[in-house]
Amino acid sequence: MSLEALILTLRLAVLVSLILMAISLPLGYWLAMSRWRWKFFVEAIVALPIVLPPTVLGYYVLVAIGPLSPVGRWYRDVTGGSLAFSFRGLVVGSVLYSLPFAVQPIGAAFSSVDRNLLNASATLGASRWRTFWLVVFPLGLPGVLTGFVLSFAHTLGEFGVVLMIGGNIPGATQTISIWIYDQVQSLNYAAANQMAALLLIVCFVILTLLYGLRRTRKWGVWGWQ
Amino acid sequence: MGRVGVAVSVAAPPVRADALKIEVRKVLGNPAAKGRGLAVEARFNVATGFTILFGPSGAGKTTILDCVAGLQKPDSGRIRVNDETFFDSEKQVNVATRYRNIGYLFQTVALFPHMTVRQNIEYGLAQLDARERQARSGEIAGSFGIAGLLDRRPAKISGGERQRVALARALVTCPKALLLDEPMSALDRNTKSRILDDLRVWNEDHAVPILYVTHEREEVYALGDRVLVVEAGKIVAEGTPHEVLSRPQRESIAQLAGFENIFDCSVVAAHPDQGTMTCRIDRSEVTLEVPLTRVPTGRSIRVGIRAGDILLASSQPQDLSARNIIGGKITSLTQQDITVVADIDCGANFTVHLTLGARQSLGLATGKPVWLVLKTYSCHVLQ
Repeated sequence: MSLEALILTLRLAVLVSLILMAISLPLGYWLAMSRWRWKFFVEAIVALPIVLPPTVLGYYVLVAIGPLSPVGRWYRDVTGGSLAFSFRGLVVGSVLYSLPFAVQPIGAAFSSVDRNLLNASATLGASRWRTFWLVVFPLGLPGVLTGFVLSFAHTLGEFGVVLMIGGNIPGATQTISIWIYDQVQSLNYAAANQMAALLLIVCFVILTLLYGLRRTRKWGVWGWQ
Repeated sequence: MGRVGVAVSVAAPPVRADALKIEVRKVLGNPAAKGRGLAVEARFNVATGFTILFGPSGAGKTTILDCVAGLQKPDSGRIRVNDETFFDSEKQVNVATRYRNIGYLFQTVALFPHMTVRQNIEYGLAQLDARERQARSGEIAGSFGIAGLLDRRPAKISGGERQRVALARALVTCPKALLLDEPMSALDRNTKSRILDDLRVWNEDHAVPILYVTHEREEVYALGDRVLVVEAGKIVAEGTPHEVLSRPQRESIAQLAGFENIFDCSVVAAHPDQGTMTCRIDRSEVTLEVPLTRVPTGRSIRVGIRAGDILLASSQPQDLSARNIIGGKITSLTQQDITVVADIDCGANFTVHLTLGARQSLGLATGKPVWLVLKTYSCHVLQ
């Protein structure tokens, strides 16, 4: 059991899910409300990480943030460090990799909010900002929660992207899944088993809680009606 | 914010004939494609008090309301409320919905399901402080009979109560105009009329223009100050409910106005001295004497007759002023609520409405010969 890898993974997952919330609330709202004719294009891009092999995504992110790319050079000029093979680089990659798991449930929940409620809100003098926080967000909360939990769980278990852009540096980029892989490679099955079981239990508990909550009336999308 | 409009009883505001001026042109979909688009083109003024927009579904009534509220943007036109311009395509004015202060009651009620009745009512009062909000919501809840429901969620109250809450929520902000989109269609008649009475009382003090959309003619008669008939996006008739619905000039209004019998006829003879003309129902030998129109002899006309305007006799009546007495046989008798619907074959098929008592005392049964009695002025010539 490597406490270092465990803590690093948890840090990564919490940070990534929080960043994803900041991205997915506006993006999900836009996807739910926009009538832009090229919206499907954005939807396809958002969904890409679901079907793309993590190594492909990881490869492109690595090239994009590497020291030879404009982004990588700019980052080095500003911070003096490198994004590739660093914890921050992992965060960038994981945010991209888990994006659909946050955006899709949130967008779906927002678009299931009755448009007449938004119209009613506008006729009662509310701005879009106010309507979002008083109507859309509370009614879409189950979807927001689902998006948060799924992106957290997904980041916990990611492997390919992390390996491609983070490498395997203990304390900096070595996450649980990579640590488990290492143990198996060196035939250290007992240690791998412990960590794998822990990850399995944690993910199972999270998903059970999530689906259990959704069953109760208060958290159902239309639980109030 | 001041105490404007809080329980201040002032003299009734003046009635204005043009409190709401609407001129809207908007093309929805592709009107050239059959059954697919609609070109809305309406221009009318709404006075303070009730004005009814009446017409079949899909006629564009809701589109007009949405344009007034700013939820849809007209292609061109002008919308003014009390001399304040909300939309003007020429001057490029388009005030956002939230700055228009127009109350809108949706067909779906649209109460916020996650808020209590009180929170719903106070939703539009965000700019007031908490005490002021409470005072206002309490007052309006009192006048709409929902003071006991303030802490409940919309799911826990009845359909009629939900309508009352939606109305209170719209009115508590003192809107400059009120739009109602078939808001009562799901309610029974008593509940509906009680709610409308409360609305009428409220409007005696506020005198705002109220635009009420419906496709039910009972509501038109019940509400009735003024009716505008909308058909395929255009205003095709206007007047008091009685004027518009009892002497309909168009077939579509006739169907809405409740003509169960509509016949294609050809004019056989005109009797200008008597103010009538004789016409024969197509593909039958039945002739009707109808009010005189300018349609020349030989041409086709369409005649509408209400099922309730036809008398039924079990033997051939004599010495009557009614000009149309037509013999036939009952082909079917069905009961709908407390009305008996009789279908009678006279060569042409007539539908007649009777009371239960009339069926009994005449001993009506299927196959029995009967005579229909029709006054000339019960036959309406439709354009």
